[in-house]
Amino acid sequence: MKNQWEILVVDDEEVMRESLAAWLKEDGYTVDTAASGHEAIEKAGEKDYAIYFIDLKMPGGIDGIETMMQIRKLHRDASIIIITAYATVDTAIAAMKEGAQEYIVKPCNLEEISLLVTRILKVKTLQRENAMLKKRLTKTYTLNDIVSKNPRMQEIFQLIRDVANLRSTVLIQGESGTGKELIARAIHSSSDRANMPFVGVSCAALAETLLESELFGYEKGAFTGATTQKKGKFEQAHGGTLFLDEIGDISPKLQMDLLRVLQERSFYRVGGSEEIRVDVRVIAATNVNLQEAVRNGRFRDDLYYRLNVINIRIPPLRERLEDIPLLARHFIERLSVEIGKDVEDISENALQLLLSHDWPGNVRELENCIERAMVTCRSRILTRADFAFLAKEDEGRDPWFVPAITLQELEKQAIESAIKRSRGNIKEAAAQLGIERSTLYDKIKKYEIMR
Amino acid sequence: MSFLYLASIGRIEEELLLFLEARLGEVFGLQVGRLHPFVEPSYAFDPIRGQYSSVALMRQLIEICPDGARLLGITEKDLFIPVLSFVFGQAQLNGRLAVVSLARLHQEFYRLAPDPAILEQRALKESMHELGHTFGLVHCPERSCPMSLATNIRQLDLKKTQWCVSCEIMLREAMGQSR
Repeated sequence: MKNQWEILVVDDEEVMRESLAAWLKEDGYTVDTAASGHEAIEKAGEKDYAIYFIDLKMPGGIDGIETMMQIRKLHRDASIIIITAYATVDTAIAAMKEGAQEYIVKPCNLEEISLLVTRILKVKTLQRENAMLKKRLTKTYTLNDIVSKNPRMQEIFQLIRDVANLRSTVLIQGESGTGKELIARAIHSSSDRANMPFVGVSCAALAETLLESELFGYEKGAFTGATTQKKGKFEQAHGGTLFLDEIGDISPKLQMDLLRVLQERSFYRVGGSEEIRVDVRVIAATNVNLQEAVRNGRFRDDLYYRLNVINIRIPPLRERLEDIPLLARHFIERLSVEIGKDVEDISENALQLLLSHDWPGNVRELENCIERAMVTCRSRILTRADFAFLAKEDEGRDPWFVPAITLQELEKQAIESAIKRSRGNIKEAAAQLGIERSTLYDKIKKYEIMR
Repeated sequence: MSFLYLASIGRIEEELLLFLEARLGEVFGLQVGRLHPFVEPSYAFDPIRGQYSSVALMRQLIEICPDGARLLGITEKDLFIPVLSFVFGQAQLNGRLAVVSLARLHQEFYRLAPDPAILEQRALKESMHELGHTFGLVHCPERSCPMSLATNIRQLDLKKTQWCVSCEIMLREAMGQSR
C-alpha cells in the first residue's frame, strides 16, 4: 500500500518542488512539501516522513545539509535523499557523512529515482511488517496500535495516559468486539508496570469452582486432582496487571471473594491457610450493563463501586463510523502480510457499503469481514463485489422471524426465554415480559415451564 | 464530465490524431472533440537543457481547457520536469489536464526505421496512462497495465492497451463519480 508512505519534498524553487511532488503523487505516495529548511524541520517535528528529498542549496541561512542534520536529530533513522544540481565530490562526501541515505544529481533519470524510492521503502515495509508480526506474537499493544480519529476514542486515549501509572481499578465497558482487551493492554503498556506481567482471564469461560482456583490458585490436596500446589492468576500478575474479562458473568460467591482481594490486596489459595499479599492492578471488562445488573441484584454494588473507580466506555463501531475507512485500511495492511496476499486498498464504493452496515459485532466483525473479502478477492483493490456476502447478511437479518406456531406456544417460548435471560430471576423476567409477577407464576404453572 | 478534447501543440500527423480520437473515445467511453491546433511551444523551451518544460506547457493548457472537460495536449517536443531528465508525459492527478510527448515514442529516436503502427500503439498507451491519472489512478504494479510506470521505451512496449482488473475497477468508479 503505497499511499501509507508520506514523503517530504524540500526545495526553495517552487517549480522543482511541485513537479517532484506531483510525480511522486502519480506514483501513489502521499506527498508534503516545504519551501525552506525551517519549514521542513517544523514539519518533521510534527511527524516522521518515510523519505525526505532535500535540495542541497537553499537560501535563508539553513542549507540542505543543515536541514538534514536537524531532521536527523528529530528522527535518528530518517531516510534522506539529498538533491543537487552541482555534483562535487566534496558535497557528496559531506552529505553522506552526515547521514544522507542517497545523493542524486538533477536532472536525474526516472528509473534511478523510482528504484531509489522503491529500495528505501522496501526496507521500511519489511521493518514495519516485522514490528507488526512481533506485536501480534507478544501482544504488546500500545495506544499507537489503536486506530481511531473519533473524538470519544481520543478522550479515552487521553484518560488512559492520565491514569496509566495509578493503581486504581479500571472498568472497561463496551459491546462485544469493541476492543476491550486491546484497551486493557494499552493501559498496561503505558503504565510503569509495562515490564511486569499482563495476565488475562475470561470469567465467562470457566465454571465457578474452576474460576476460583484459576484466580486464587490452590494448595496440594485442596481437591481431588490437586496433586501439586498451583499459583493463581493473581499471583502470576504480581507487580503487573490482571485483566478480568466478562466480569459481569461471575457468581455471587466469587464476587465476594474478588471484593475482598480488592479491599485487602490479599487472599488465600483454595485449600490454603497462608495469606498471600499481591500488588496487582485490576482491569475488568464487561459487555453487560453492570449498573442494571446491580439494580437487579445480580451484581454486588460494593464490588461494582470498587471496580468502577475509573470507567472507560468504548463506543460501538456504528457510533464511530469515521473510523471504518481507517480500520479497514489498517486491517488490509496487516492481513496482506498475515495471509500473504497482495491487496493494496479498498474502493470508495466498497467503503460506502461498509459504512452502511450497522456492525453488531463491532471492530472484530469488521476485521473478519475484511479477511473474508481478502481471501476471495481477485484484484489488488477490494471492491463492493468482494463484500457481496455482507449485503446478503443484511438482507437476511430478519429482526423478528416468527415460525408457524400457535399463540399459546409463542407465549410459552417468550416466557422460557425471559426466564433464561434473567437466569431464573422471576421478578426480572416478569419485568421483561411487561406482566405482574403473580401473572408470570400462573403462566409458568399453566405451561409447566421448568425454572 | 464526459468530454475529452485533444489538442495538438505544434504539428502532429493527422492520422495519428484520428487514431487517438477514435481509440480514446472507446477506452474511456467519452465523447472526444478536437481543439484548434496550437503553435509550437517556444515559450516552454529551455535552452540549457534543449528540451521543453512540461510544467510551462501545462500552465498554458489550463488557460484554454474548456469548462467541465478534460484536455489532452499532444506534442512532438521532448518534455522534462526540473528534477528528471525527461518525461513521456504529465498529468494533473484527479485533474483535467494531461500532456503527452511523442518525441521518445518514435522508432527514429532509437535509431530504428520509422514505424507508424508502433508509434500509434505507444501514443495510445501513454495517453491512456496520463488520462488515467486525471481520473485519480496512480502507478500500477502490473507491468502490462497502461497505468504501470514506464521509465524507458521497453517498459512502455510491454504494456497492453487494456487496463488490469484493479485499474479497470478504480476507473469505472471514478468515471461514475465524475459523470
